[in-house]
Amino acid sequence: MELQYFLLLAAALFCIGIYGLVTSRNAIRVLMSIELLLNSVNLNLMAFSNFLDPAQVKGQVFTVFVITIAAAEAAVGLAIVLSIYRNRDTVDMEQFNLLKW
Amino acid sequence: MNLADGVQIVSFALLAAMMLGTALGVVLLDNIVYSAFLLAGVFISISGLYILLNAGFVAAAQILIYVGAVNVLILFGIMLVNKRQDFVPVEKAWIGKAATALVCLGLFGLLGTMVVATPWTLSSAPIAGDDALVVIGKHFFSDFLLPFELVSVLLLMALIGAIVIARREYLPEEADQNPQLTVPERPRELTTGGNR
Repeated sequence: MELQYFLLLAAALFCIGIYGLVTSRNAIRVLMSIELLLNSVNLNLMAFSNFLDPAQVKGQVFTVFVITIAAAEAAVGLAIVLSIYRNRDTVDMEQFNLLKW
Repeated sequence: MNLADGVQIVSFALLAAMMLGTALGVVLLDNIVYSAFLLAGVFISISGLYILLNAGFVAAAQILIYVGAVNVLILFGIMLVNKRQDFVPVEKAWIGKAATALVCLGLFGLLGTMVVATPWTLSSAPIAGDDALVVIGKHFFSDFLLPFELVSVLLLMALIGAIVIARREYLPEEADQNPQLTVPERPRELTTGGNR
């Protein structure tokens, strides 16, 4: 196994996540795309941890931190989506004109 | 815990194909419930890749937190926002999609050339393997103590913040004026007869 395989796979997942983040119209799908992005970063960190720093696995420590932050982000993001849905009665990203000038 | 090289290659290929397929499904499928279940597939195959990378603890944490918590939370969010509406089609939406796909392919090319061209200095130290759990614990309570405590405070803040944002405002004055025997939380479904 090579390090490059994992890095290429993580890059592909990152690009899929970016595509979903930009083109999705459902707000919950945008949250799912953000989870994809965070997971690709995690995969990068784990690959570096295994191939470049296998003795003291600092990449795994960072991955645990990122997983924690992702859980908090999902909770707050879904709360915000629910709140917007109650006020606007839609989850269409094209119809949100909040925070625009 | 070392598998033979052939087994590693085959399982990596299987997991990579599964991960890319399910990730594309998450992004491209129309039904968002299918997307949410395919997201669980992405998380599970990433956890398998972590096992290939000699990190059993993080693989278990990935399944527990992502599949068990985040994915269920997203499913609950979908069920709560259960509006079956067709989005109004935007004119010339395909231009934006094509441009985004082009940018993403370009980004992938850039990252790919960077990954292939960089001379990585691989370490030859012995792999921690299953002792990684002990090493992670030592990191948490020695040199990563401050981020660890900050993350715990941040989780508490996110918990309280999510409850505060998602809670419906309940006005006791209105309820006192016209006392009705309905649940004040969900008035919309009662009027429209429950649109699933």
